[in-house]
Amino acid sequence: MRERLNTRYYTIILGLGILILVLVGYFFYDTAVQEQVDFIAADAPIPLEDIENRIENGVHVQTGLLDGEGLNLVIAHCTACHSAQLVTQNRADRDGWKKMIVWMQETQNLWDLGTQEETILDYLAKNYAPEEVGSGNFRRAPLKDIEWYELEK
Amino acid sequence: MANPWCFFWFVSKKPIIWQPWNTQIDFQNMNTFDPSDRRNFIKKASLGSFAALLGTDIVFALPKGYLPVALENDPQKLFGKHKDLIVRNNLPWNVEPPAHLLDDKITPADKMFIRNNGLVPENIDVAKWILTIKGEAIDQEKTYTLEELKTKFPRHTYHLVLECGGNGRSEFYPPTEGNQWELGAVSCAEWTGVRLKDILADVGIKSNAVYVGFHAADLHLSRDANKEAISRGIPIDKAREDETLVAFQMNGKDIPLVHGHPLRLIASGFPASVSGKWLTALSVRDRVHDGEKMAPPSYSIPCDPVEAGAEVANENMCIIEKMPVKSLITYPKSGAMIKENATLGIRGHAWTGESRITKTEYSIDFGATWKPCQLERGKNKYAWQGFEAKVDFPKKGYYEVWVKATDDSGMSQPMLTPGWNPKGYLNNACHRIAIKVT
Repeated sequence: MRERLNTRYYTIILGLGILILVLVGYFFYDTAVQEQVDFIAADAPIPLEDIENRIENGVHVQTGLLDGEGLNLVIAHCTACHSAQLVTQNRADRDGWKKMIVWMQETQNLWDLGTQEETILDYLAKNYAPEEVGSGNFRRAPLKDIEWYELEK
Repeated sequence: MANPWCFFWFVSKKPIIWQPWNTQIDFQNMNTFDPSDRRNFIKKASLGSFAALLGTDIVFALPKGYLPVALENDPQKLFGKHKDLIVRNNLPWNVEPPAHLLDDKITPADKMFIRNNGLVPENIDVAKWILTIKGEAIDQEKTYTLEELKTKFPRHTYHLVLECGGNGRSEFYPPTEGNQWELGAVSCAEWTGVRLKDILADVGIKSNAVYVGFHAADLHLSRDANKEAISRGIPIDKAREDETLVAFQMNGKDIPLVHGHPLRLIASGFPASVSGKWLTALSVRDRVHDGEKMAPPSYSIPCDPVEAGAEVANENMCIIEKMPVKSLITYPKSGAMIKENATLGIRGHAWTGESRITKTEYSIDFGATWKPCQLERGKNKYAWQGFEAKVDFPKKGYYEVWVKATDDSGMSQPMLTPGWNPKGYLNNACHRIAIKVT
């Protein structure tokens, strides 16, 4: 009886031992695979522990993004691949931001934003909308309210 | 560093990029970073708990988390750039000088703009660097080591303008998406390399060749190793021009890392995005190259002009080829105050992707009258050409000095922002600087 029990223990211990060996082996395999993906330190992320939560004058200090509902989602989704500066230097209406997101999803490996997309679009459209015509951000206003007609020959 | 759960990925043979357990990976080891980890974390987190993402709580909720704000936000330290360069984007790196820093005839490395689409490769082994020539329009794939390229073919050195297709984008209205370049995404350095046409002749290309696309070692922003950051190209006629180089030197030295070390394509006169950095392969294609960022809206404009803000379907967009006539006042820096009756010397550069500049003029009355500048010829085709003038002002007050270049076909520059296009390319509006006579 005791012998059979011991045999069972040995089997379990042997099984665990093999599992550990496989895991250790995989550890080295996985490390080797991952290290093929190289980029310079300047392009590297910083650990989450180093994130600051500071908002000054309505601006999230570390990223430069404006404070507002959806800020955290924008930081989390958008800065996974590119810096927040690519957001803060651009202006578009809701459709325009949606177009950029679709382009990134179709061509740049951006994932499905699910139900959070609405909040993200709200945030972008509200905080990074085109400035009003006449605020001096262009040299001459585009022609508007054009009444197109066919000129008689 | 791996974690044991990866074992099950190994067993299940799913692509590594979709590991849902990757949130456990130690991100201190930067090489294991993968943006989709974040996706999986976000999927799991509720909106409520997510509010704590930036708080300290998350350190416990996501023990090995990360936020990819660059470690170092100073291109001066990282790439030896001049301290006054403007960072548009630090992931990927996009940096430009203000106009007055482009005063040198040959742009030095520290004042040259950076336009990256992906991540700068590291661990470049020059001794093992290989250029592969492949594609449908060659008989036999061929490879060259750097040493072979340098010794087998005649070397050529040219002064060549590289200008980003989106230089000046910030002036378009309605605003267009991308890095909001002002004036400085342009350079003219001295590039040394071998002619692409010599390499193509050595490989032997078929008569059905229409395009040459490049492939490079930079990594896509999503860190997906199977995806190219950028792989653009040029028509075969452009590839056969004397000035189209596979270059290994800039300003007499090895090309700096951030500008494409150890090998890059230089096809001046086209948007600089075709001059691929960290060049590893060239595809000689029997069709228009279809690599990353070749498809519209990237580097494309409406085939027919559109009204500002128009929506343009991809099939109505055409790939940008030759860059337009343009000029830049590099001295003095805008905002100069001078004494009454003093003569102001101005200077700068003019260039075109088409042919050559034959006239540069300046105006101090918003274009009502134009006076000629002295114009240099430029060292070779696609080099920028220096201009200078002595400017007198009739009385005290505020002035703008505007400069306009014209090429040998009479093509010049608009004083207003030119035709709007969805991605804000090709703004060649006249440059102007503010002057006060006191």
